Order: sequence, then structure tokens, then C-alpha cells
Amino acid sequence: MMTVAMYLAVVLFARFHLDPLLMMLPIAGLLFIIGYVMQLVVINPFIARPEHSQFMLMVAVAIIIVNSLLIIFGPDAQAVQASYSFDSFALGPLIVDATKLYAGLAAILVASALFAFFRFAPLGKAIRACADNYTGALVIGLDVKKLYALSFGLGAACVGAAGAIIVLIVDVTPPLGPAYTLLAFVIVITGGLGSMPGALLGGVLIGLTEAMAGLFFTPSAKSMFAFAILVLVLLFRPQGIMGRKLS
Amino acid sequence: MLAVENLEVSYGDVRALDGVSLEVPEGAIVAIVGANGAGKTTLIRTIAGMLRPEGGRIMLRGDNIAGLPSHRICNLGIGQVAEGRQIFPTLSVLENLEMGAMLPRARGEQAKNLERMLAMFPRLDERKDQAAGTLSGGEQQMLAIGRCLMSKPNLVMFDEPSLGLAPAIVQHVLQTIRDLNREGLTCVLVEQNVAVSLKLASRAYVLENGRVTLSGTGAALLADDRVRQAYLGM
Repeated sequence: MMTVAMYLAVVLFARFHLDPLLMMLPIAGLLFIIGYVMQLVVINPFIARPEHSQFMLMVAVAIIIVNSLLIIFGPDAQAVQASYSFDSFALGPLIVDATKLYAGLAAILVASALFAFFRFAPLGKAIRACADNYTGALVIGLDVKKLYALSFGLGAACVGAAGAIIVLIVDVTPPLGPAYTLLAFVIVITGGLGSMPGALLGGVLIGLTEAMAGLFFTPSAKSMFAFAILVLVLLFRPQGIMGRKLS
Repeated sequence: MLAVENLEVSYGDVRALDGVSLEVPEGAIVAIVGANGAGKTTLIRTIAGMLRPEGGRIMLRGDNIAGLPSHRICNLGIGQVAEGRQIFPTLSVLENLEMGAMLPRARGEQAKNLERMLAMFPRLDERKDQAAGTLSGGEQQMLAIGRCLMSKPNLVMFDEPSLGLAPAIVQHVLQTIRDLNREGLTCVLVEQNVAVSLKLASRAYVLENGRVTLSGTGAALLADDRVRQAYLGM
């Protein structure tokens, strides 16, 4: 779905010259609606099924998305060339790409908004409550189906925002999604399943590791270091760095 | 107020409730007693809309509410203090209470109710910013009751509220239920502690293998030989 958002950003830019960073919110909004409807229509009927059949469903959805994009946009890489693509800032001895700086700031903004939503908004707390104790949520009359759809929609919106941001840095091709899915999986497991600060920490840790490995070793081996961290975490702290121990 | 008529519920091929009928008058405490697996929790969860009945009706003030989803039933004023307390362990005590008032019927008076709950359960006030999972069993039970009351229910079904609690705390929980009832709350009480629940109840039903086998006033069942033998060990 991130790739969908990236192509949306590419098309909006190519056709209407709309900046991806400005389009971040509309794209996120559109993806929210797609995610919300998808949860209600496609995923909800599977909610009581065993996990492997839910997994197969999501794999199927992913295959459909990747190949639809392939049909529509073809296999060639596409990119956005914003007016500031080649700008940079000098911070003392460091030279920072303008695109990367803007992308980073936008990512921090989105993450903060998400944290605030889960911390303070009643609906955000209700989603946490659902994740915490499903039966408990039913018992006090939370509309669990609606909350599930809302969380999936929110997830899709975040991915939409991420797509709009990252398209400034990375060229988009239809099969790009699965590579990021694997990376996201590594990050979430490293940080700890079900922990938002954990996911953030895992993201920074894996990101820095890959960058450092590229710098000091060789860029082609950077995934090796990321997976090494995953293996170490699984060996010594299977619940993840910030994860809760499962009783 | 609430009348259950010929309720039938199954888990797959296993029939859990086989034509259960009972009545809960306004302002009463109605006790439901029975052995493990008799269908008590199934009954409560079906009334609460968490399970779908195959047959029968659940009449609330003349309307059939059988088969409605749980959030609709809660919004009609039927609350539940579930077996195992079912609090949200990683949410703070305050957040747990707030979640109880997410229903449309209670959202407007959330602040007022919150104050009332914290006054009613001072222990919760002391610990309001703590994660609910760190509370003791008795405190968690208080939290479960408080969370339920946040929705301003007219009828509350208590499922094993004293399970796993120390005797002194059991007394406190039962006293709380009695007080709430005096203030006008209609209560359905499912308890393993048969003697105590029959003493509290104005009306009681004995559930066996998904059927009501005995019913009467609490005092009458307390004096009944079959009840004394089977549930009181006398």
C-alpha cells in the first residue's frame, strides 16, 4: 500500500506539479478510507479464522496490488524531481540533503501526531484498550469492529504518509513494497511487538545500523547487519527491546 | 425489567443453554447459581450480546434485544462486570474508567461520573495514574465495577465478582453490590459463593446443564434441601 501512495504522489506531481510533502495529508486521507473499507469488507469476514488463513489473505491482497501497479504503471522506476531535489544545507561540517531533511521532519511530525492520538484521544485510547483486552472491550460495549476498521485505516494512512515522504528519496517500482514489508517486520520484532516506542527505537536502530554498515563496511552487506541485530535480539530478548514479556 | 424466554445457545454441536427462562424485576438482586459448566457465564454473555442465541427472546422493557451487537446492548443500559475482571492492564486506572464511558449514553457525563467513581473507590483515586495491571486483585475488581458504572447502567450483571479474592475483600465487594442495589441499581449476580449470593438475592435461579431446575426467593432456595445438599454441602 505504500507503493500505491508513492505512485499517487508521482502521478499528482507529474500531472499537476503538486509537491509530495504537501500532498502527504490528502494521500494519507485517501489511504485511510481505502484501509477502513478494506478492513470492513475484506478482512472482517476472516477475523475469526486461523492466523495462517488471515496471512494468506494479506499475501493475496499484496500480490493483487503489486500486479495491478505493474499493469498500470509498467515495471520502470519512476521518481519525483522536486524543485529542491538538489538543494542542501551545511550544518557545520555536515552537508545535509534538503529532501532528506524535509522527509525526516515530516516523518517526525507524523510519528508525533500518532503518539499524541494514542495517548490523548478517546478513540486512540479505545484502540489501545481493544488491543489490550478484546473481551474487556466487548464487555464495556466498545464497537470493536469499528475500532478495528479505524486502526487498519490509520495504519494505511501512516503508510500513505510514509509513501508520500519516501518518494522524494527512493524511486518507485511496483515490487518495492515487499522489500519494505520485510524491513518493517525486522524493525517491529527488534523493537518489540505491540510497543510504539519500541517500533520507533527499532526503526532508528536498524536504520543507523544499515547506514553505518554501508559507510564502514560495504553497502551491499548492510542487510546482513540488520538481520544480525534481529538474530541477537531474538536470542537474548525474544519479546523485543521494549516488548512486554508474554506470560 | 428484563425477561429471558426460552433462550437457546450452542457452541458448535454442544448445547450450552437449553430453553432458559428467567425474570429480573426492576430494583431486584437476582442470583444465578450452578456448578461450573452449567451455563451461567454463557447466559450472561448472551444477554450482553457477546454470543448469539439460536432461539428464544431477551425482552428489555418489552423490546426483544436478542441478537443485537454488544455495543448496542450496553448502550441500552445493561452493564456487565465480567468474569476475570477483564480490565485493560497496560492502560492507566483513569483511562480504564474513561473507556467505560465511551458509550453515547454516558459520554456527556464522563467527567461527573469519573469524580463519583473516584469518590466511591478511594483506592482507585490513589492509584489513578498507575497501569491497571499493577493493581491487586481486589483493586482490579473495584476498577471493573467502577468502569462498568461509568456507563450509567440500569442493570448490571456481575459474573463471579469474588473469584480469587481474599475473604475480607470479598465482603467489601458484596457490600458494594448491596449499596449499589439500595441506590436503585438492578443486579444479576452469578456467584460460586452460593450461601452469600442467596442471602443477598430477592430472587434466585439454579442452573444445571443449561436448564433452570429450581427457582424461588433467595430465602426459599437457601432452605431447600436439594440446594443445601448440592451447593452448600449440608
